[in-house]
Amino acid sequence: MPTTPILYLKDVVKRFDDFTALDNINLEIFEGEFLTIVGPSGSGKTTLIRLMVGMDEPTEGTIWLRNERIDQTPANKRPTCMVFQSLALFPHRSVGQNIEFPLKIKGVSPKVRSKRALELLELLHLPKSFYNKRISQCSGGEQQRIALARALAFDPEIIFFDEPLSALDYRLRKTLEKELVDLHERTGKTFVYITHSLEEAMVMSDRIAIMNSGKFEQIDVAEVIYSKPVSRFVASFMGEVNMFDFKCDSKGDIKIDGVEIRSSVLTKDKQKKYSKKAKGTLMVRPEFVRFNKAKETNDFQIRGYLRAEYELGSRIQYEVDTLDDSRVIIEKLREDRFKGKLGATVVIGWDIKHTHFIPND
Amino acid sequence: MERLDNKLGTLTSLPMVLLLAVSFLAPLVVVAVFSIMPPKVFSIMNVPDFSAYADFFQQGYYKSLLWSVAMAFISTVILFLICWPLAFGMAKVFGKFTLVLTIAVAMTLIVSENIRLFGWVLTLMKGGLIDGYLRTWWGLRLEGVLYNGPIIVFGLIYVYFPFMLFPLAQGIAMIPEDARQAAEDLGASPFRILWEIDLPLASPGIVVGSLLSFVLAAGALAESKLLGGQAIIVFTDEVETAFTYGQNWPLGSALAMILILIIGILAFFSISKIDLDSMMGRRR
Repeated sequence: MPTTPILYLKDVVKRFDDFTALDNINLEIFEGEFLTIVGPSGSGKTTLIRLMVGMDEPTEGTIWLRNERIDQTPANKRPTCMVFQSLALFPHRSVGQNIEFPLKIKGVSPKVRSKRALELLELLHLPKSFYNKRISQCSGGEQQRIALARALAFDPEIIFFDEPLSALDYRLRKTLEKELVDLHERTGKTFVYITHSLEEAMVMSDRIAIMNSGKFEQIDVAEVIYSKPVSRFVASFMGEVNMFDFKCDSKGDIKIDGVEIRSSVLTKDKQKKYSKKAKGTLMVRPEFVRFNKAKETNDFQIRGYLRAEYELGSRIQYEVDTLDDSRVIIEKLREDRFKGKLGATVVIGWDIKHTHFIPND
Repeated sequence: MERLDNKLGTLTSLPMVLLLAVSFLAPLVVVAVFSIMPPKVFSIMNVPDFSAYADFFQQGYYKSLLWSVAMAFISTVILFLICWPLAFGMAKVFGKFTLVLTIAVAMTLIVSENIRLFGWVLTLMKGGLIDGYLRTWWGLRLEGVLYNGPIIVFGLIYVYFPFMLFPLAQGIAMIPEDARQAAEDLGASPFRILWEIDLPLASPGIVVGSLLSFVLAAGALAESKLLGGQAIIVFTDEVETAFTYGQNWPLGSALAMILILIIGILAFFSISKIDLDSMMGRRR
């Protein structure tokens, strides 16, 4: 990982009247990385990107680009730019003129401009004939690429993306996600992407920042965020998850209502550093829960009955209702399909190495 | 099914289309025919000649045409400059205040143009409202405001203000906000945004507003008569005089035809340049 941050947000707060949209944000963005900010709608991610781009000013705190303070600098004086959710292409200009726009503003000669525009068309896998096309003649995916070419023509230090793929259909979105990763590698630019789609974030990013009600919950690589979330919010936001409340007894041993825990677990558990009477959440992802055959045992075990089975395509999802009315989700690859009947009594279980403990704050 | 519907639609609209065509076109045709009659006849059953058109050049009528066009042009330009910031505010900034402004401006249309212009005459004339107060309070005089070219242009601007303001506001409302933001984000100064984004994207509104103001101002009569006191004889004045005092219908018709032709060409040229559909709310 690179070491010096290219963009640095320090104690940033943004309030609209009484509403606090951003609550003490601290963020370091490193040169050349692909950072994705994920959060549900209303979590403040759009407000955050508007501050970073310069369309709004923070109420408190500072923003630094390299060693220059930029939080009061207007958008047109910052060396960063954004690909809008709506793309914001200029409908009255041709494809070529759209791409050349930032160069025209900088006063680059028409000859150099059109040369650069043609290079960018090629970089984004668009034919040269698009140069004279009208924007309205281009498809959604093509417009996407044009918006990207226009941003690259600006030659920004950082390119921000405000959910630009959200309006496209699934297949095209998948293609463009991978193209974006490829483009990031080839240009070496710093990409900051915001989205509410976890999948998009996982596919593309070097690091993911999870946002919730104006704060960062966790900033890390996808692997860590998926398997070691710091909070229930992150755990449930990063896909399907089973979570159980646990308590520690006076000896520091974990107890969960309705779950049989093998006593040897506690000695196996390396992270057993909970104080007496500690409380928290035990988390296990659905792909690690097994249907037990007779005589097979796991570190954690629950009895229940098979309630439902859903096709997910590559996987199959099962819902198991336990005897004390909680629900466990299990996912199996198609080849490992469980052949039990709906309503049948099952014993399910998982091992300590696939669990993650989230202590209560 | 759809084709039958289309046919029925055309058929049912036919009577109205014919009525409108006859009532709009017939007077024009009569004027056009009269314009190629010999001088001072009152029937179209004469041998055509173009003496009336020759008179336009020989008798110096082109001078008043130039005056009309020049004043219409100047007032249109000034109207645009005044209305742009206001229309921008109405479309993008004012919010609820826009409605108040719209009603206030539209209200002026309820009172007849002539009466409003008389109001200005009473306000500005020697011994009028302003002059009277100035004299009573400070012993100053306000003279020479009325009866000249600039006050006619003022009158044109005053009367045709709504015809520029509303189309312009409509045009500006069509500028997508994100395009403006994107331009700023890509380094454009406010002036460049105005030049590269606002003006081209608001062009349908600009064309419609300018066309309305120009056409109406070029055909205006009351401003020069009331405020201008006929210090400048505008072209419509000449047309009226030819028909009434001059009793020369062919000359009046020829002059009218010239004005119609100039304005018609201008209108067709401008309208062909813009997408009226987009302004009427239909998507491309």
